[in-house]
Amino acid sequence: MSSSRTIWLVVTLIAALWMAAAGYAIFFIAPDEATMHAIQRIFYMHVASAWTAGAAFFFVALAGLLYLIKRDPRYDWAGVAGAETALAFTTVVLVTGPIWAKPIWGIWWTWDPRLTSTFVLWLMYIAYLLIRTLVDDKQRRATLCAVYGIFAFVDVPIVFMTIRWWRGQHPSPVIAGAQPGSGLDPTMKAVLFFTWGATLALFAVLLRARYRLEAIRGLTEELRQQAEDRSPALDLEGRTSAPPQVVGRR
Amino acid sequence: MATHPELAQDRNVSAAPAISSSSDSPLWSGLWAIFAKEVRTELRTRELLVTTAVFALTVVFMFSFSFDPTSEESRHIGPGLLWIAFLFAGTLMLEPAFLREQTNDTLAALRLAPIAPSAILLGKTLANFLFLLITEVILVPVFVVFYNVSVANVLPGLALVCLLGTLGIVIPGTIFSAVTAHARMREMLLPLLLLPVLTPILIAATEATASLLSDPPEWPGMALKLLAGADIIFLTAAYFLFDSMLEE
Repeated sequence: MSSSRTIWLVVTLIAALWMAAAGYAIFFIAPDEATMHAIQRIFYMHVASAWTAGAAFFFVALAGLLYLIKRDPRYDWAGVAGAETALAFTTVVLVTGPIWAKPIWGIWWTWDPRLTSTFVLWLMYIAYLLIRTLVDDKQRRATLCAVYGIFAFVDVPIVFMTIRWWRGQHPSPVIAGAQPGSGLDPTMKAVLFFTWGATLALFAVLLRARYRLEAIRGLTEELRQQAEDRSPALDLEGRTSAPPQVVGRR
Repeated sequence: MATHPELAQDRNVSAAPAISSSSDSPLWSGLWAIFAKEVRTELRTRELLVTTAVFALTVVFMFSFSFDPTSEESRHIGPGLLWIAFLFAGTLMLEPAFLREQTNDTLAALRLAPIAPSAILLGKTLANFLFLLITEVILVPVFVVFYNVSVANVLPGLALVCLLGTLGIVIPGTIFSAVTAHARMREMLLPLLLLPVLTPILIAATEATASLLSDPPEWPGMALKLLAGADIIFLTAAYFLFDSMLEE
């Protein structure tokens, strides 16, 4: 227990340092972009968060699938940890995007495939977290979340494909599927992947912290249930409302 | 308290055929039994169909105040609001699909019946599909009259769009209706869960209807392909999730 705690302390420290280093790399190492200048520097955080959110999204669907197969509450805890972390990263994507778009495109928002599907994704994560507050039964809640996580994962590529045949405005890919002639400067690429590494480390730390919280919550709930089953119910003043013969025997 | 005659009958119709013909194909006979039970229950009360149709009608009527419905504009906005009306009507209609089974805990009885859980869900999906289609059949002529569009030449295409679009609404809809049946505030939760998932259906169905209603009409090949693709993916995901969803 304590050794795993030390390991996680070290991982957290590494993530913090890595994030700081990424910040330094973004502002001082990455070269200035030819036409967009300093505004382009938001790109590193934006794309890295988007990729991390994608990984988290996959993680939620995987946890859901494993839950449905194995019916182990730990997968449900992993799912909610993933969803909440993914929501955080998706929010970063949705906030940094418009900040960049306003000076470059002249508008905050456009209903382009990527933007729209990211927004739908974000709505789905919020719905996923809402389910957890509205369903009391543990197993039902876990099943519903697992089903929803999988469905959302299947749905987003369809959303993307559906909107794609209206021509999008989002910048074209510069890494995978890049057009010949366009591309990313090697230093920029290195900074991008370095930032991605930092966000992934942050993701791991947040995921683990959230998972622990959910696990403790689940165990507390179980313990409370056991205690309630064993002891007679208490009324508001703390007196037991046990059957009279039990009181008489005391 | 004696068992309500209607309920007893329902239970009989849902269980009996499944037992008698379980040797050949239990999924299909079970599916058919559930479908027949749903339709029979609905025909006795007609609550769901009447409420949904009136609701959809109200939505289409209310939309007419947000812009001039007789103008050329209605050609552009009309398909979108038609599908939003279908979507809202669908969410409203799907919500009681499993709630009905809760009143007398008949879902437990269904689960005890010797049929696969997927048969229960598929049967209900099929019934919801039929009910939403009936609503659409009522609504489309009203829409044509109110919004001054002509659909006479494109009826087969429009029917195809409605079939594919409705299937896309009811597959995830029935699943979420099943899993949210025990949630607090489920009336609000179901639209929240369902509507974002249905975004591709709304977009593709609206686009398909818009191209059919444009002058001259265009065949919405791409949108139909997307609708059919989404239906197939939803159905596949649903089929794999069905069996694990009802066991608790």
